[in-house]
Amino acid sequence: MKVLVPVKRVLDYNIKARPKADASGVELAGLKMSMNPFDEIAMEAAIRFKEGGQASEVIAVSCGPQANQETLRTALALGADRAVLVETEVELQPLAVAKLLKALVAREQPGLVICGKQAIDDDANQTGQMLSALLGWSQATFASRIELGEGTALVTREIDGGLETLSIRLPAVVSTDLRLNEPRYATLPNIMKAKKKPLETLTPESLGVDIAPRLTLLKVAEPPARQGGIKVDDVAQLLDKLKNEAKVI
Amino acid sequence: MTILVVAEHDNQHLKAATRHVLAAAEAIGGEIHVLVAGQHCAGVAEAARALPGVSCVRLAQSDALESAGAENMAALVVRLAPDYTHLLTAASASGKNWMPRVAALLDVAQISDIVRVDAPDTFTRPIYAGSVWATVRSADAIKAVTVRTTAFEALPETGGAACLETVEAGVDTGLSRRTGLALNASSRPELETARVVVSGGRGLGSAERFSALLEPLADKLNAALGASRAAVDSGYVPNDYQVGQTGKIVAPDLYIAVGISGAIQHLAGMKASRVIVAINKDPDAPIFAVADYGLVGDLNQVVPALTAAL
Repeated sequence: MKVLVPVKRVLDYNIKARPKADASGVELAGLKMSMNPFDEIAMEAAIRFKEGGQASEVIAVSCGPQANQETLRTALALGADRAVLVETEVELQPLAVAKLLKALVAREQPGLVICGKQAIDDDANQTGQMLSALLGWSQATFASRIELGEGTALVTREIDGGLETLSIRLPAVVSTDLRLNEPRYATLPNIMKAKKKPLETLTPESLGVDIAPRLTLLKVAEPPARQGGIKVDDVAQLLDKLKNEAKVI
Repeated sequence: MTILVVAEHDNQHLKAATRHVLAAAEAIGGEIHVLVAGQHCAGVAEAARALPGVSCVRLAQSDALESAGAENMAALVVRLAPDYTHLLTAASASGKNWMPRVAALLDVAQISDIVRVDAPDTFTRPIYAGSVWATVRSADAIKAVTVRTTAFEALPETGGAACLETVEAGVDTGLSRRTGLALNASSRPELETARVVVSGGRGLGSAERFSALLEPLADKLNAALGASRAAVDSGYVPNDYQVGQTGKIVAPDLYIAVGISGAIQHLAGMKASRVIVAINKDPDAPIFAVADYGLVGDLNQVVPALTAAL
């Protein structure tokens, strides 16, 4: 069974995002970009299935500008067998990405797609579910455990108040939560080897997919600022403030 | 304009999240319907009928809808969608799970996690862990929207008298089924709706100290317990305690952060709280920049003293 893992190139999680001066978007120029952390977890899950003999091939895919090749090389260094880039300069929204991935699924025929539950840039948490719907497949989001069986998978999901286990029919789309695994780091020899692994480039046009954005971004802005408060000296003063100033206890 | 609000419930109780979503629906304007989908949930529908501003409650019941699985929920909502200009639900684990399926099947964009209604087609939502807010306009005929409940004040539980209509539940897609459910048993208030939240971070040092120090404090305040990702990753508490960008978003009247340094990702989940207290031994911890009241000190002494003084 082939496993497809979509990966997104995002602003590194250690960097605080700021609006551009003209409010037209978020400032990205010259800043460090990395693989979306949830996608690293998805990669790790796929690689472990391959190492365990449950997956035959791991294919990393990414949609976006040419620079996404870097992210795909990282995926290859982590253990993907090959990579596919759908290259475009057009801003991609989740529905467009889901349609591109659907076209790639038709081409590659994977038995499982594992993706991150959300990208830490747009925080949309949509693409995996949209892909699953467009394919008419089952889905299991926010997975903290995946057990593959014959034609089905048992997935434990993180829900409000606890955990839910689903039996889903394969093929399926599974999205990863933080606790699924601890992703490995790419070793230097593997980074070198990754340079020789196949990386194919396609375009939305060649896949026949309409990627026109549906949402117009009107502006980005800093959220309403929270005023920093005061430091109190001791518990007594804290209690006094909470009772008499803030009146919350 | 007619808006469908999909209710959040556990087949027995209508959850407060629904009343927050209704406030967002009211801000959009127009006629509001509520969908209650589940099994043996007529009582939930009755509660929904009393919600203010709702003209009609639509009730769909079947075994296939009992666990609100994404495939079956989406199929139902998509079937009802042509009657509506807006589909709204909470940006909860459940809403996040099925709403994108609805949007994809309708071939419309989803607008996730809105914190403001700017116009019936224009919404503001946090991106980049809430570091930035984006205002977006949708040109789609149907707007599929999930609502950050903490950003909209809940409407009252009563005041309305909506009609009740039963709708066909639809057939089971058979794509997935629930085989297990393990809810954390707790007598505490729910994290997302509690008036007071006591939250712990890596500074607690161990699961034992987390519970020994924070549980008595939470008991005194009738508070929910939360945690930073660091505390969850260190195994001090279960996953669903996590407050932050990828965990729960909370906005209680009082948030007490104990031994939490205040990473952006954590602040994203709690900085809308009305009053924030930070207790940390590091005077330079970023949490103090958002705290109304900061106390620099050893949490091992400060927390028991605070608990004792309450």
